[in-house]
Amino acid sequence: MTQKSEQQQELLTVNSGEAFQPFEWSVGKYGSKFLAEIRDNQKFIGIKCPKCGRVYVPPRKVCGRCYVEMDEFVPVSTEGEIGVCAIIQFGFIDPSTGHQEPVPYGYAFIKLDGADTFLPYYIDSTDPEKVKVGARVKAVFEEKRTGTMLDIKHFVLLD
Amino acid sequence: MGKRVAIVGFGQTYQRSSRKDVNGPELINEAVRAALEDAGLTIKDIDAIVIGNMDHFEGVNYVDSWSVEGSGGVMKPIFKLTTGGTTGSTVAMAGYYHVASGMFDRVLVIGWEKNSESDTTGAIVTAFNPVWERPRFGGAIAGLAVEASKYMHNYKVTERDGARVAVRERLHALNNPYTHLHQEWMKSMEIEQIVDLLITSEENQMLAYPLRMSDMCPRTDGAAAAIFASEDIAEKIAPKPAWVVSTHNRHNYALLGDIDWDSNDTLESASKAVFKDAGIKEPFKEIDVCELYLPYSYAGLKWMESIGFCGPGEGPKLVWDGHTDMDGELPVNPSGGVMSSNPIGATGLLRVGEGALQVMGKAGDRQVKGGDVKYAFTTGFGGCNWADVMLLGKKKPS
Amino acid sequence: MEKIAIVGVGQTTYERNKIETFDELVFEAATKALKDAGGEIGDIDNIVTVSNDFWDGRTISSMAIQDAAGSWGKDISTVEGDGSFGALYGMMRALSGSFDTTLVVSHMKGSESIMNLITNAMFDPLYQRSLGIDATSSAALQARSYMEMSGATEEDFALVSVKNHKNAKNNPHAQLPMDVTVDDVMKSKKLADPLKVLDCSPISDGAAAVVLANEKGLKKFKKDPVWIKGVGHTSDSYTLGYRDLARPRALEAASQKAFKMAGIKDPLKELDVCELYDAYSYMELMWYEGIGITKEGKGAELIKSGETGMDGSLPVNPSGGVISAHPVLVAGLTRLIEATLQVRGEADKRQIKGAKTALAQGINGPCGQAHCIFIVGT
Repeated sequence: MTQKSEQQQELLTVNSGEAFQPFEWSVGKYGSKFLAEIRDNQKFIGIKCPKCGRVYVPPRKVCGRCYVEMDEFVPVSTEGEIGVCAIIQFGFIDPSTGHQEPVPYGYAFIKLDGADTFLPYYIDSTDPEKVKVGARVKAVFEEKRTGTMLDIKHFVLLD
Repeated sequence: MGKRVAIVGFGQTYQRSSRKDVNGPELINEAVRAALEDAGLTIKDIDAIVIGNMDHFEGVNYVDSWSVEGSGGVMKPIFKLTTGGTTGSTVAMAGYYHVASGMFDRVLVIGWEKNSESDTTGAIVTAFNPVWERPRFGGAIAGLAVEASKYMHNYKVTERDGARVAVRERLHALNNPYTHLHQEWMKSMEIEQIVDLLITSEENQMLAYPLRMSDMCPRTDGAAAAIFASEDIAEKIAPKPAWVVSTHNRHNYALLGDIDWDSNDTLESASKAVFKDAGIKEPFKEIDVCELYLPYSYAGLKWMESIGFCGPGEGPKLVWDGHTDMDGELPVNPSGGVMSSNPIGATGLLRVGEGALQVMGKAGDRQVKGGDVKYAFTTGFGGCNWADVMLLGKKKPS
Repeated sequence: MEKIAIVGVGQTTYERNKIETFDELVFEAATKALKDAGGEIGDIDNIVTVSNDFWDGRTISSMAIQDAAGSWGKDISTVEGDGSFGALYGMMRALSGSFDTTLVVSHMKGSESIMNLITNAMFDPLYQRSLGIDATSSAALQARSYMEMSGATEEDFALVSVKNHKNAKNNPHAQLPMDVTVDDVMKSKKLADPLKVLDCSPISDGAAAVVLANEKGLKKFKKDPVWIKGVGHTSDSYTLGYRDLARPRALEAASQKAFKMAGIKDPLKELDVCELYDAYSYMELMWYEGIGITKEGKGAELIKSGETGMDGSLPVNPSGGVISAHPVLVAGLTRLIEATLQVRGEADKRQIKGAKTALAQGINGPCGQAHCIFIVGT
């Protein structure tokens, strides 16, 4: 039992317990097509802006720069180049899934051949000599695919 | 058309890793009282209130409603803004627009966060796209680590350069009684020694090369409040108010993958717009002090270039030559900056408030230029490379 | 003070389980509003978006819609609260001297989460949340409080549901157009005494947008302006026991501010139509009293008189109101849009003849804690 004096006051906290709020986010037409292409054909697609010609991966409805609706799907390669990267050594727990990826792991923003945007994903290497800007990489897909980004297992370096 | 607006008062709480002695509304109230006292006003004098924070750090929905008894908003006009890390600067801008519109004369702006109450990283992770970005994510630091690595790749930048910025921020913090981190041990060492120590110490954990613990901002509880007043009354309230010369922002991106990692184009664009409004042609010469939202050390190099204080790749030289130290040509973050204190919803507002204190000559031990500050340049950062900029000045804009 | 006009409006339909993503809904509403105004994104100087982190399931909820809201290269901000407050902020920005035109867009997908959990999160985690209180159960407390004060009955509340669901039949955007009787309402499943299913608004998805312009900005567009004649916003106390739930004094204060600005002295006479935020049936009666079109405690009398029906002297909620479609955060902006369409004479089947001055209400926080009132007119 602590002695309670005027100076020392007990400071309590209230815990949220297992508070949760489940969500079911729509992927939408454009995203669904992208994920279905991965699930069914192990291929990537992008969407091209009719005005500026930029190819966005993953595909979405609006080109932000031109403010126009896009509808031209184009294939993009499963190979690409690392734009920026980092070897992550500090772990964290995803609040939705409870998953914590064991550290260290390679993480990069990859420009797939044919795309103008980067796709962030894991790289199957933690060698800082190899995981670097400009390195060529290729996607490896899971055996069993269900229609989420996790169908991409990781990207491997092409030496 | 449109009124001129000045900041006439600013208050902040003591910022600590955990403020168990207050609940949210009480923390907010502390900052509000400090701001009112600074301006010599009472809550009755306030015409409208704007408040901001990031919901998931406290797990409360509709914070403007919940905290109304602490913010002084009972039976007053009040609403909330939230834009992630830029929230603090966003509410400052809102305070400005409330008064500039002519609809309100004295507006109280509040930014706050009790980061200790939640899983900060978890909450930050939920900011990103649940379908595309989160399934395979690098955490809160990934975006920063990759930017730093590209910057190092593009120019001959080293770990020592990043560490030099961290040291500056933490040394400046020693003059700021309110800020969170006070690394007193740095007092007894030379800057070069501290830099060497930081990049070699085993205890200084590597998070994602080149970022170490020392390169990052902390997680803090704190609140800040500022009072914006119209030109009709500002000078009656404060003898040397800090006039809002210009403010702009750019939140161009929705996905991390869309960002141009070579430049901080949003900060560049927002800064250019502000300089144009103010007629500033040589920012390095004409700006007297900066409070920049630097969430990590390398930003203190690269983003100086984006703003236009120096050319591409010249950031490290600018910093090593001492130009951004307290007695330099362009002191940066005399308050210690975000790297010394980061109550996320308040952080952007702290930049604006600290800039205002500099202009008003009320920055105490962290005052620069002997109190003669013509322009203070403040920024906010968050989300997908979003940038908010607010330029404060000594002279009422024409 | 300079005047601000609403020059473009756009809304999606409101329904449950829309397949569109947030950004697709925002793009739909925004492009509709721009088209309505006879302009395009290049005519917009700045943007205010409206969204809520809890409802969207991500902090920085505004991030998802940056492209769709047209933010590229522009100043943009985000209000987290009802869309009407977003419109108010957009108005301030257009008056500030920095911008001439503002696009305001709000979105919500209530069906992607569990409403009770999201609204439970409004309540104080230290003292109230663990009671399981949410929007509906707190509304029930307010309804009961109002019944005690005024003598209004559940049947009186039911009249609101009957009127508004019927009105919704004329509104192609509304989620629940239907013919119901007082008996249907009384027999519907009880959710939280005295509120039954048909006393409550549905869970909705949707988006809405308005284009605002000052006198200089108007020149960029083709549509005739609808002027914002008056506006006011006020918040009451938070803790439910600290304020008299039966007497919406914050609504009174906000309305008085708006009326004063608009030069309105007798709202019942001078307003032609009202769009009120009836998240629950009883609220409409309380809001009658708050805006002063009837005396305290006389809300039930007013609806029974028929004056607020489609053929009455001051029709309320010709759109069907919030009880017919409730995308939270959007609904107040929708009220402003409906009010605008009325005074333009563009409200099709739900048009009130000769409407020139309209009132629109948005609310925010538990039990209508904060209110935002707009008076619009030609």
